[in-house]
Amino acid sequence: MVGLEHYLTVAAALFVIGIFGIFLNRKNVIVILMSIELMLLAVNINLVAFSSFSGDLVGQVFTMFVLTVAAAEAAIGLAILVVFFRNRGTIEVEDVNVMKG
Amino acid sequence: MTSADFRILLPEILLSGYAMAALMAAVYTTRDKLAATLVWATAGLFVALALYIGAAGVGERTVFNGLFVDDPFARFAKVTILLSAAAVLVMSQDYMYRRDLLRFEYPILVTLAVVGMMVMVSSADLITLYMGLELQSLSLYVVASIRRDSAKSSEAGLKYFVLGALSSGLLLYGASLVYGYAGTTQFAGILTTVQAGVPLGLLFGLVFMLAGLAFKVSAAPFHMWTPDVYEGSPTPVTAFFATAPKVAAMALIARLVQDAFGGIPGQWGQVLAALAVASMFLGAVAAIGQRDIKRLMAYSSIAHMGYALIGLCVGTAYGVQATMIYMAIYVTMNVGTFAFILSMERDGRPVSDIAGLNQFARKEPLKALAMLVLLFSLAGVPPMVGFFGKFYVLKAAVDAGWVWLAVAGAVASVIGAFYYLRLVYFMYFGAEQDPVDSRMAPVQWGMLVAVAAIMLLGIVNLFGIEGPAALAAQALVR
Repeated sequence: MVGLEHYLTVAAALFVIGIFGIFLNRKNVIVILMSIELMLLAVNINLVAFSSFSGDLVGQVFTMFVLTVAAAEAAIGLAILVVFFRNRGTIEVEDVNVMKG
Repeated sequence: MTSADFRILLPEILLSGYAMAALMAAVYTTRDKLAATLVWATAGLFVALALYIGAAGVGERTVFNGLFVDDPFARFAKVTILLSAAAVLVMSQDYMYRRDLLRFEYPILVTLAVVGMMVMVSSADLITLYMGLELQSLSLYVVASIRRDSAKSSEAGLKYFVLGALSSGLLLYGASLVYGYAGTTQFAGILTTVQAGVPLGLLFGLVFMLAGLAFKVSAAPFHMWTPDVYEGSPTPVTAFFATAPKVAAMALIARLVQDAFGGIPGQWGQVLAALAVASMFLGAVAAIGQRDIKRLMAYSSIAHMGYALIGLCVGTAYGVQATMIYMAIYVTMNVGTFAFILSMERDGRPVSDIAGLNQFARKEPLKALAMLVLLFSLAGVPPMVGFFGKFYVLKAAVDAGWVWLAVAGAVASVIGAFYYLRLVYFMYFGAEQDPVDSRMAPVQWGMLVAVAAIMLLGIVNLFGIEGPAALAAQALVR
């Protein structure tokens, strides 16, 4: 029997992988965008699991909003990335370094 | 869903409709030639709505089945947000026009960001909170990289986007846990659950949400994006980042901890106190080595957010009142300071190196004097209004028994005074060299002098903001 805790564990694992993908990744900004999506999808698993196990629909409504916002976020992220690529000719994470910090 | 509900939401609906209409009008007609008109129209609309919200709003109402709340606290925050956004818009118009940056998207994106902030401060539900926050953040990511041909601006946009999306993810994960363990997304429902006993999952959710929001107010240790984004963005955008979004995010923290978690101040008070202390000291110490005035203002805003958080972490109505007064004073000071930073240039190109301020007082005595007043106020030197902001939050901390926090705040403000006073030293007694030019449009000059005058004249009664702030705090803290 698959219980609530199994879903929560998978979501937590995906979320942590997403965070590590942002911080440990040294290659490519696209990978960072994918990690961000992974984090948001982990949240969606959480929301749907809670919603289904508590018999309350609000969580699934929340999920629809999160999906929509995630799409908008990806679009804006890619747009900024294209602008950055035009200026610098690269999207390596290590080249995002005009300013220190 | 009655017409009364829509009347409460009128300012937000009006602004969204205006943004879409302006976008259509600009796309189908003269495009960027319309930009200057749009800037003034937008600023005018902001001021009109601020007056409307301030004058017409009465009482406290929750509309749309508990998704959206209109109370004195939301109105206080909205008026501050609208007025500061209008001030930043009008003073940036000349700068952007001369640098060929004035695209029609700029006022529209600022409008959408302001709608997001207004929804944030009025949210009574986790879904409203998230939607408002994202509308604000997504607009700000684009505004940060609005100078498309500059490597610095697009890098600022990229960094802001990645870290902002990370913080939204943290906030959302926290929201999902809160929803799961409270069984509802409404703040009122969460409050009822919390008063009956706090499950561990709910605490995890609370901490995740506070971490996500700490990113948005750039509180240490979640501040790393701030200096780079402030430095890389065009200066008018930096001025905008330093004002309205900070008020909105701080008000959102206040609303979340009081409305949803008001029953357990002991739990979030510790978290906010840790954030406050870290921000104050990091902002004070790290700013000392900065050579770029925009980076310096970034660390300055980190430190100021620390003081504002002191008022929230004590959990009393007086503390919330102190924070709201502090934020209002903070945005006013920043508007004036950025009016000056916008005017710094050499051979027509903007400069932000603080060494350029050497001997500035000899060249422009009046502007140097106004800056002196503002910097003293930012540092919290007694005769200026900035001192009263700090005084209120520290007094709130002492009254609530957080004496160590007040002492830490006082110590940090002494350390922080060093770098503000160093700027004054450069302007009046700096090394002999050619200072920067300061070319100001009448609006910028007016803002600088008016804000400096406010910092001096406000000591009489702080222009009466204590009353509305007290009302706002009482509406929030029950």
